[in-house]
Amino acid sequence: MADAVITAEGLGKRFGPVHALDGVDLELPAGAVLGVLGPNGAGKTTLVRILATLLKPDQGRARVAGFDVAEHPAAVRRRIGLSGQYAAVDQFLTGQENLVMIGRLYGLTRRQARRRAGELTGQLELDGGAGRLVRTYSGGMRRRLDVAASLLAAPPVLFLDEPTTGLDPYGRLALWQVLGELTAQGTSVLLTTQYIEEAERLAGMIIIIDHGTVIASGTPGQLMARAGGDRLELQSPPGQDPRRLAGALSALGTGEPAVDAAAGRVVLPVADGPGILPEVAARLAAAGLQVSGLALRRPTLEEAFLALTGGVAAATARPAHGTRSA
Amino acid sequence: MITEAHPAAMPGRPAPILADTATITGRNLRRLVRVPTLLVFATVQPVLFVVLFSYAFGGAIHVPGLARYIDYLLPGIFVLAIGFGASQTGVAIAEDLTTGMIDRFRSLPITAAAVLAGRVAADALRNLFVVALMIAAGAAIGFRFHAGPAAALAAVALAVVTGLAFSWLNLLLGLAVRDPESAGLAGLFPVIILFFTSSALVPVVTMPGWLQAFAKANPITVITGALRTLCLGGPTTRPVAEAAAWIAALLAVTVPAAIARYRHATST
Repeated sequence: MADAVITAEGLGKRFGPVHALDGVDLELPAGAVLGVLGPNGAGKTTLVRILATLLKPDQGRARVAGFDVAEHPAAVRRRIGLSGQYAAVDQFLTGQENLVMIGRLYGLTRRQARRRAGELTGQLELDGGAGRLVRTYSGGMRRRLDVAASLLAAPPVLFLDEPTTGLDPYGRLALWQVLGELTAQGTSVLLTTQYIEEAERLAGMIIIIDHGTVIASGTPGQLMARAGGDRLELQSPPGQDPRRLAGALSALGTGEPAVDAAAGRVVLPVADGPGILPEVAARLAAAGLQVSGLALRRPTLEEAFLALTGGVAAATARPAHGTRSA
Repeated sequence: MITEAHPAAMPGRPAPILADTATITGRNLRRLVRVPTLLVFATVQPVLFVVLFSYAFGGAIHVPGLARYIDYLLPGIFVLAIGFGASQTGVAIAEDLTTGMIDRFRSLPITAAAVLAGRVAADALRNLFVVALMIAAGAAIGFRFHAGPAAALAAVALAVVTGLAFSWLNLLLGLAVRDPESAGLAGLFPVIILFFTSSALVPVVTMPGWLQAFAKANPITVITGALRTLCLGGPTTRPVAEAAAWIAALLAVTVPAAIARYRHATST
């Protein structure tokens, strides 16, 4: 507790009748990465905006880098970097000009700002575009430039709101690598994401929020275990009833198999992932069944939600309700 | 590799608000020459106003005591061009709001006033250019200052100061309506109404009686009147004081209101 860089107690925020946040507690130890996972509209962005001093909470309190966000926002702002959900960069400036501007506003001298801009464009693979107007950038490049802007002053606390949304795999890897280097040097990061894999890869601790409340928290391993471990996904070849696959293997699962008859697909939650593969093969052979595809994977966010909420959150776990994230 | 300490956390920066305002001004000046719409508002439009109004109305309107209509017209056209140009400031701040730029600025250790004043300062420099361009265009078709160089400079200064009030008003409108297109309309609408009910194009005495009272109090009439005395001669103290009072009143309302709006503004 003594060296926590972010603490929040009972944070609440309403927008009219909507409880965007309803009693959120969290704690981020110095140098750690906290992943905030949840569907669109869960309250992730509201949480980030309160912690980054953009919104005042209606209830509860939060401290960031030793200062109360509502009482000492200026002190907090000197110690944070924020990369919001949309690439907040000026499209009529070049990448370099954007970064130098942000650096100057953080109080760097022109020379310092230029040097930092150069370092960051290199780290985030933006060298080729640094001298071009941002309006010529791809969506992924804008996103990376936005993240670079949040890193300009090397802030001890970093907020990243869905930083890899819209990035191609290459850009995602580059960003993950930069974040790894930053945390190795002691930067504390609060990261929101819709991708369970990303949270698992980057974050030591994860909280899952939905409808403005924390519905689960723990290390990635703990949450995976609670979500029922891995998923075995089998594809039935045409002409073979996928329910026969489900019947042959259901005893191996930790829960009921889900059968998508139209797609010929069976998904089974399993505890000991790779360990059960020989048994799967044996049972399929014994039953004389064919598979045209087989995969062992992490649960999707939707499946984890289903497991952690007992199915209640299933409807909200689909990111199809619109693009706004409150 | 992060090699810097955390300079942002270091206290004791000299006069940060001025440095920050200058940085934001630089951003907006770059945009002025790179965004095609802004460039048109700052170059083609002012010249078109001078030429079109002068030739369209110049034949029909005879102002007693003046040989050339352009001498009467130009001070009013200063106000029109500056007012129209300022609508782009409302558009820009609403765009910054919707693109998350304001979120970014608000997460930085800078004051609200620096972000808004940086915009207004860039507008002021643009207006200086716009007024100079209109004087040149006007001179080409016969406009002359009649009250000496000091009064001429004072006219340019008053026009630029008028622009400050327009800029702050449009910042407030842009932050209030939040949508760039609506912000543009919200900025143009009052200028259009006030301009055509002012003395900018025709003397107030030529208007119907019911309109005269409104036209006399209209800030564009008051400001245009002051600009005219500085350009053409005549007693300047009272008209300029009245114009200054209007501008000061507008600023007294719009500056704190815009700053207050900005402090709570965030994208949705």
